[in-house]
Amino acid sequence: MRRNRLAATAALATALSVTAAACGGGSSTGSEGTNDKPKELTYWASNQGTSLEHDKEVLTPEIEKFEKETGIDVKLEVIPWDSLLDRILAATTSGQGPDVLNIGNTWSASLQATDGLLAWDDKTLDKIGGKDRFVPAALAAAGAEGRPPAAVPLYSLSYALYYNKAMFAEAGIEEPPATWDEFVDVGKKLTKDGKYGVAVEGGNPVENSHHAFVFGKQHGADFFDAEGNPTFDSPEAVAAVKQYVDFLANDKIAAVGNAEYAQNQSIKDLATGKAGMLLWQAAGSSLKAHGMKPEEYGVAPVPMQSENPPEGQNVNSMVAGINIAVFKNTDNLDGALDFVEFMTSNETQLALNSTYGSIPPVKEAQEDRAFSSTDLTVLREVLSTTSAPLPQVPDEAQFETLVGDAMKELFADAAAGDEVTTESVQKRLTEAQQQMQK
Amino acid sequence: MTATALDTPPAGPGDKPPAGRGAARKRRRTGRGRVRRGALPYLLLLPALLLELLIHLVPMAVGVVMSFKELTQRYIRDWGEAPWAGLDNFRIAVDFDAPVGEALLRSFFITCAFTVLAVGFSWLLGVTAAILMQDAFRGRGLLRAIFLTPYALPVYTAVITWSFMLQRDNGLVNHVIHDQLGLTSQPTFWLIGDNAFVSLVLVSVWRTWPFAFLVLTAALQNIPREVYEASAIDGAGIWQQIRRITLPSLRPVNQVLVLVLFLWTFNDFNVPYILFGKSAPESADIISIHIYQSSFVTWNFGAGSAMSVLLLLFLLVVTAGYLLLTSRGRKAASA
Amino acid sequence: MHSSPTAPPRSFVWTRRIVLTLLTVFAVTPVYVMLSSSLKPLEDVTGSFQWIPSGLTIRPYLDIWDTVPLARYFVNSLIVAGAATACSVVIAVFAAYAVSRYRFRGKRLFTVTVLSTQMFPGILFLLPLFLIFVNIGNTTGIALYGSRGGLILTYMTFTLPFSIWMLVGYLDSIPRDLDEAALVDGCGPLKALFRVVVPAAVPGIVAVAIYSFMTAWGEVLFASVMTNDVTRTLSVGLQGYATQTEVYWNQVMAASLVVSLPIVAGFLLLQRYLVAGLTAGAVK
Repeated sequence: MRRNRLAATAALATALSVTAAACGGGSSTGSEGTNDKPKELTYWASNQGTSLEHDKEVLTPEIEKFEKETGIDVKLEVIPWDSLLDRILAATTSGQGPDVLNIGNTWSASLQATDGLLAWDDKTLDKIGGKDRFVPAALAAAGAEGRPPAAVPLYSLSYALYYNKAMFAEAGIEEPPATWDEFVDVGKKLTKDGKYGVAVEGGNPVENSHHAFVFGKQHGADFFDAEGNPTFDSPEAVAAVKQYVDFLANDKIAAVGNAEYAQNQSIKDLATGKAGMLLWQAAGSSLKAHGMKPEEYGVAPVPMQSENPPEGQNVNSMVAGINIAVFKNTDNLDGALDFVEFMTSNETQLALNSTYGSIPPVKEAQEDRAFSSTDLTVLREVLSTTSAPLPQVPDEAQFETLVGDAMKELFADAAAGDEVTTESVQKRLTEAQQQMQK
Repeated sequence: MTATALDTPPAGPGDKPPAGRGAARKRRRTGRGRVRRGALPYLLLLPALLLELLIHLVPMAVGVVMSFKELTQRYIRDWGEAPWAGLDNFRIAVDFDAPVGEALLRSFFITCAFTVLAVGFSWLLGVTAAILMQDAFRGRGLLRAIFLTPYALPVYTAVITWSFMLQRDNGLVNHVIHDQLGLTSQPTFWLIGDNAFVSLVLVSVWRTWPFAFLVLTAALQNIPREVYEASAIDGAGIWQQIRRITLPSLRPVNQVLVLVLFLWTFNDFNVPYILFGKSAPESADIISIHIYQSSFVTWNFGAGSAMSVLLLLFLLVVTAGYLLLTSRGRKAASA
Repeated sequence: MHSSPTAPPRSFVWTRRIVLTLLTVFAVTPVYVMLSSSLKPLEDVTGSFQWIPSGLTIRPYLDIWDTVPLARYFVNSLIVAGAATACSVVIAVFAAYAVSRYRFRGKRLFTVTVLSTQMFPGILFLLPLFLIFVNIGNTTGIALYGSRGGLILTYMTFTLPFSIWMLVGYLDSIPRDLDEAALVDGCGPLKALFRVVVPAAVPGIVAVAIYSFMTAWGEVLFASVMTNDVTRTLSVGLQGYATQTEVYWNQVMAASLVVSLPIVAGFLLLQRYLVAGLTAGAVK
C-alpha cells in the first residue's frame, strides 16, 4: 500500500518538475531588443496627475502627435503606483512586458541590476540628443555611478519648506528659517495653543528615509559605502536621524500624534493651520485640495546646518522624480528610442511638466517661463544646485524600508513617552543594519 | 472523510480498498457495470484535479525550486540561470541567533498569537449569532444581510475606514473612549506601538466573523427538525438543546471551518498591509508582511521563497496534527 | 428551526436581543463611518470625528465615475467573480459527491493534497503562476495573462479546496438513505446527485457560492499583477482613487458603497435559499 502511494507521489513529482523545467527557461535572454514589430509600441505610464483618467487625458494628445509623426501605434496604459513595481518585476521575470515604461527614479539601480532595461550608453544617448541635454543631478539618479544609466529622467521634483504665512506674521517671524537652529527657534515660537511648529509624516517609512538621507548628507553620512555595503549606524547617520526625530522627541515642535501619520495628514495640518511648517515635495496641488490658496503659504529651500559638520555637504533635497526606460525585450527598439526622444523633447517636456507641476530635467525646457513661479523657482534652484540622488545601489529599497522603519519606531517610542537618546537611535539603526543579509 | 461507500460493503473508516492485483481481481469478478462505476469517482474529480495541478501544485513546485536558488534582482530576468544556493536561504532563515532568523521567529510567534485570538473570536461571534438566529423572528433576514455586510465590502475600503477610526487625534474610537466616556487620561495610539496588535485582531475579527456566521448558519439547516421535537417532548429546554443537539451536530463543519479560518488568518496579507502599509509596527509584524518584505520589497525572492516554504511546512504539520486529533475526537463521539 | 411547543424562554429572548444588538453595532459602525465620509467634502474627511457630519455633499457620488472607469471595473469584477463562482461550485459539487459517497483509491491523497493547497502562501506562487500563464500564451496562443480568463481560472481554483471540503461536510450530513433510495428506484448516480442530493444541499451550496464569489470579488494581489487597464477588477481599481497627488477618501468610500450595494442586495435575496434546509418530508 505504502509503496503504491510512494510511486504515485514520485510520478507526480516527476511530472511537476518536467513542467517546471519547461516553464523556467521561458524568458528570452541576452537580446538587446529587436525590430520585429516596427509599427507597434506599448507604453506603461506612471500616475502623475490627479487620477488615472486625468493622466490619459494629458498624455493622449502628446502621443497622438508622435503617432502622426512616425506612424507607430502606441498603446498607453497608466498603471497605479501600488502595482507598478510588481508589474515591472513580473514583466522582467517573464520577458512579457511593455516597450517603454516609467519607473520611480529610486528604483533605477535596482532595476538596472536585473539587466531587464536597455542601458543608455553614450552612443544610445546620442540618438536622443546626447546626455548634455539633461540636468546632471537628474541623470545621476538613473543608475549606479560608473555604469551607463538604465533610464533617462522624465519629470523631476525636489523637497522644499512650505510655511503658513499668516502664522508666521502672527508670531512676528519675517524670514523663513535658513538653518536648522533657526528652524527649531521658529518652531518653538509657533508651538502654542494646540498649534505646532512643524508637521512630520512619522508613520511613513519612505518619507522618513528621504529626510534621513538629507540630514545624513548634511552630517556626512552616506548610508552605503563605496562597495555598496550598508553603513546605517555610523555616528554621522545616528546624529542625522536623531536630529530629525528630535523635532517630535526633544524639541517638541511637532505634535505627538504625528508619530502615526502615514496618509498625508501632515499636508492637511499645514493647510488647516494646525502646523506652521512642512517639508514636502511639490505640495501645491494637495494644499489647494485642502482649501489653502497659493498666496497663503510660502515656499523656501529646506534649511541647512548652521555650521556644516566636517564631512557634511550642502545638500537639502533628494533628486525626486520619474525616469523613462526601454524594456530590453522590446520588439520595436528603434520605435522605442524614437518615443523616448519624443518624450524628452523640449516641447513635450514643457507640456507635460507644466501640467503635472514638476520640473523638466531637460535643461532647455527648464528655462521656460512656465517654471518661474515662486515655488517652482525654489524647486528648480534646489534641484540644479543643492540636491543629490538617493544612493544608487541595488539595495536602495532596503535602505528606505529598514531605516525608514527604524525611524517610525523611534517616533512611536517618543510618542509613548520614552526618551530618545543617541544610544536608543544607535540601537535601532544597528538592528536595521543587521537585517541586511548576505 | 468517514463516508461509507455505496458500492462496497460497510467497513471501518481506517480500512482501505484492496490495492493492485487484488483490486483488479475484484473488478473482474464483479463484472462490467462495476468497472464503470469504479471509474465514476475519478471522472467526477478530474476537473478539480486538473485545475489544482495547473494553478496550485505546479506553480507551488516552481516556488519550492526557487527557494533553493539565489534569486536576487541580478537573476530574476532569467531565473533558470540563477545559481543554486543549496540550503543557504533556509540556513539564514532558521539561524535564530542571528538577527534575520531572530526577527523571523519573533514575527512567527506574533502571528501565532494573532491567529489564535482572531480565529477564536471570529468563531465565537459566528456561532453565537448563528445559534441565536436559528429560530425565525422579525427582521432576521435583514439582520443576516447586515452581518454579512463587512464581508461584502471591498477589503481596501473597509480597512482604510478602520484606520480612520483608529487614528489617535481624530478617530472615532478615541472620540468615544476618551472624549465621550472619559475612560483614558490621554488619547491612545492604536496604530503604532503595542496597541497595534489589538487593532489588528479587532479589524481581522470584524472581517472574518461574518464568514463563520455564514457557514454555521448553513450547517444548522441540516439538523433535522425531528431531533429538536423529540428532545422537546423529553422536556429539554432551549439551553439544553443548544448544548446537547446543536453544538455536537456542528462538529463536522467546525472541524473544517476552524482549520480554514486558521490557515487564512495565518496567511492573511491584505488586512495588515492596508492597515499599516508596507511596514507593520513591531508588535504587529505578521509573517506574511515579513515575507513580502523579504521578497518583493528587498527583491530577494530566494530568501522569501525559503521562508514561505518553512511556513508551509509548519502549517502542514499543524494541519496534520489537527486532523488527527479532531478525527479521533469525532470517532470517539460517534462511537 | 426549533419547534418547541412553547415560545423560547425569556432569558433566551433577552440574551438574543442584547447580543444581536451589540453585534449589529460592531458590524455597522464602520459602514456608518464610510457612509458619512462619502458625503463629506474632501477637506472634512480626515478631520476630527463627528457623529453627524457638518457639511454634506453628494458630489463624491457624481465624481467617482470620472476619476476612474468605475463602471468598467465593476463589470469586470462581476464577470470574473460570477464565472469563477459558477464553475467552481459545479466542479466542487462533483468532487464533493465523489468524496462523500464513494470509496476509491487515492481518496485520502486527494483530500489531503487539495486541503494542503489552502496553506500555500500567495506570495510564493504568484510569480511562478505568472510565468506559467505567459508560457502557455507563448506556446499555445491562449492568452491567459492579462485576460479575464486567466483570472477566472485562478480564482475558481483558489476557492475549490475549501468549497469541496465544506460540501463534503454538508453532503455527509444528508442521510444516505435519500440517494440510495433514488438509486434503487433506477436513477443513475448523476441523476441521483442532481435530483436528490443537490436540492437537499442547497444551503451549503449557497454558502459555498457566496464564499467563492466574495473571494474572487475581493482578491487584490493576483489581480494587481495579472490584469491590465482593460481587464482590471474593482479590488485593484479602487486604489485608483489614491493618486500621486491626492487621495480622494470620500470618493473611495462612495464608490465602495455603490459597488457593494448590489452585493448586499444579492445577500438579501439569497436568504431564502440559505434557510431552504432539508425538507425531509418532501423528499421522503
